[in-house]
Amino acid sequence: MTKDLTTLTIAEAISKLKNKEFSAVELTKAHLAQMEAHRALNAYITETPELALEQAAASDARLAKGEGRPLEGIPMGIKDLYCTKGIRTTAGSNILGNFIPQYESTVSQKLLDAGTITLGKLNLDEFAMGSSNTTSAYGNVISPWRRTNGDNRDLVPGGSSGGSAAAVSAFMCMGATGTDTGGSIRQPAAFTGISGIKPTYGRCSRWGIVAYASSLDQAGPFARTVEDCALMLNHMAGYDPKDSTSVNIPVPDYTKALIPDMKGLKVGIPKEYRADGMPAEIEALWQQGIDWLKDAGAEIIDVSLPHTKYALPTYYVIAPAEASSNLARYDGVRYGLRIDGENLNDTYERTRAEGFGREVKRRIMTGTYVLSAGYYDAYYTKAQKVRRLISDDFAKAYEKCEILLTPATPSEAFAIGENEDDPIKMYLNDLFTVTVNLAGLPGMTVPTGLSGNGLPLGLQLIGKPWGEETVFRAGCVLEQAAQFKALPQLVKKAA
Amino acid sequence: MTIDKATVRKLGTLSRIHVSPEDEDYYAPQVAGILKWIEQLQEVNTDNVQPLTSVSDLKAVLRADIVNDGDQAAAVLANAPESVEGFFVVSKIVE
Repeated sequence: MTKDLTTLTIAEAISKLKNKEFSAVELTKAHLAQMEAHRALNAYITETPELALEQAAASDARLAKGEGRPLEGIPMGIKDLYCTKGIRTTAGSNILGNFIPQYESTVSQKLLDAGTITLGKLNLDEFAMGSSNTTSAYGNVISPWRRTNGDNRDLVPGGSSGGSAAAVSAFMCMGATGTDTGGSIRQPAAFTGISGIKPTYGRCSRWGIVAYASSLDQAGPFARTVEDCALMLNHMAGYDPKDSTSVNIPVPDYTKALIPDMKGLKVGIPKEYRADGMPAEIEALWQQGIDWLKDAGAEIIDVSLPHTKYALPTYYVIAPAEASSNLARYDGVRYGLRIDGENLNDTYERTRAEGFGREVKRRIMTGTYVLSAGYYDAYYTKAQKVRRLISDDFAKAYEKCEILLTPATPSEAFAIGENEDDPIKMYLNDLFTVTVNLAGLPGMTVPTGLSGNGLPLGLQLIGKPWGEETVFRAGCVLEQAAQFKALPQLVKKAA
Repeated sequence: MTIDKATVRKLGTLSRIHVSPEDEDYYAPQVAGILKWIEQLQEVNTDNVQPLTSVSDLKAVLRADIVNDGDQAAAVLANAPESVEGFFVVSKIVE
């Protein structure tokens, strides 16, 4: 019984809770049991079972009175980058190891207001800097997936929202929040065979989410179906006076956009995304996706995004620059870790040396370099100019089409420890996703197939600004065509 | 682009991060590699291109000049490593 409850979709659970087929407490207990069973994956940094059961009991009381809210009683995991009132929020870093926020982030509050239950805080790369969830101060997250070729090594769930992806794919929550600065929702969703959407920059409030690179960061949902992502985004998106970059336009009901046909829509295929050395199976997956959209009535158009190859170096100037500024706040004075030194400067230096991990320190130092006198124009201003060209490429492409289809990642998930020797090799994971952040566009990953090694592969849909509805529509076409039903090996074994 | 250990030390100082000799050995080649990789941006012609600082072309949002938050000293200090009588405590910086 409990096993079955965790495998429901959010949409199914909403209607079954309403019909009193089970209670929110039962649903929550089933998830808490699953979290316990798969604790070895290290998906959660902090579990909040008592809070969850309290919230579930309150949800049951509301449901009994027929006063259930839209997501009443749905157990969620929250990326540990979202400040949660009274619940430790670490950002995956030692420097915030004892930080208890006194306020709730706008997006997690909106979910609570819609009736969700908080199961706990999900592991992530430290300050969301990483593509493997191996930079967390709270240990690696292990993907519930395994290669089927006898190679039994632990695989990464992707990053930075690796805990979110692992937890959703291993049925340890029905949906999870993530954040995406260069691909941190879309790449882990692809690696773990689930769906995830990064909405248009400004669609969700960033207030109360620990900042990495503020001009690129955006919140979004992970879930096992496109519809569930739409249900979640309905209650995450919206204007917030506390975030001056959130945009004051109405939030449509994204579930109404889930029309499984593409009639009248033009889909652009950017030729620059045929990366050198891309595995043939990713190429084939992409072609399959093109055929599915065409079968659903779409017109396929070739488009060009000529500055694509410069997106990653552009990102690795802009993101570290913004990070070096954002992370200046961790000084050991007002909150977080303090290591006392000989004087105040020494205290700053020792606190930050001790509190930050290597990836974070390298990005802060790189960011400091590109912003320093004498290099600012050559690196930072130059990167901002190339960012404009990348954004203009998309604007030109969208004169000819409504949506773009690309692979989500250049490869399947890799083993923990792989790609660790060379930071640039690790950065290449975000090849197909990072452009979308630079241009501020909505992008969604949908699982559409398995690699030869039995690992999930996904396709990415990129919309126009505020084009989430078209993204969801094309997403549900891909989902219906792909019929991706594969389960992670670790979950199958335990069942 | 060569990044020597002295540059890493300087970046550590500018970033307020203590850098040990082992750190210098670790970061110097990595930062050099990243900067070399970033160099490829120089081949892009950006004449007459305006820098893009943010994708949202929002106007500054104004609100009425009235207090809408505050008086939360206890909450502000709740996570302080050290506080006394409503203040954050740091080591003495003025002799």
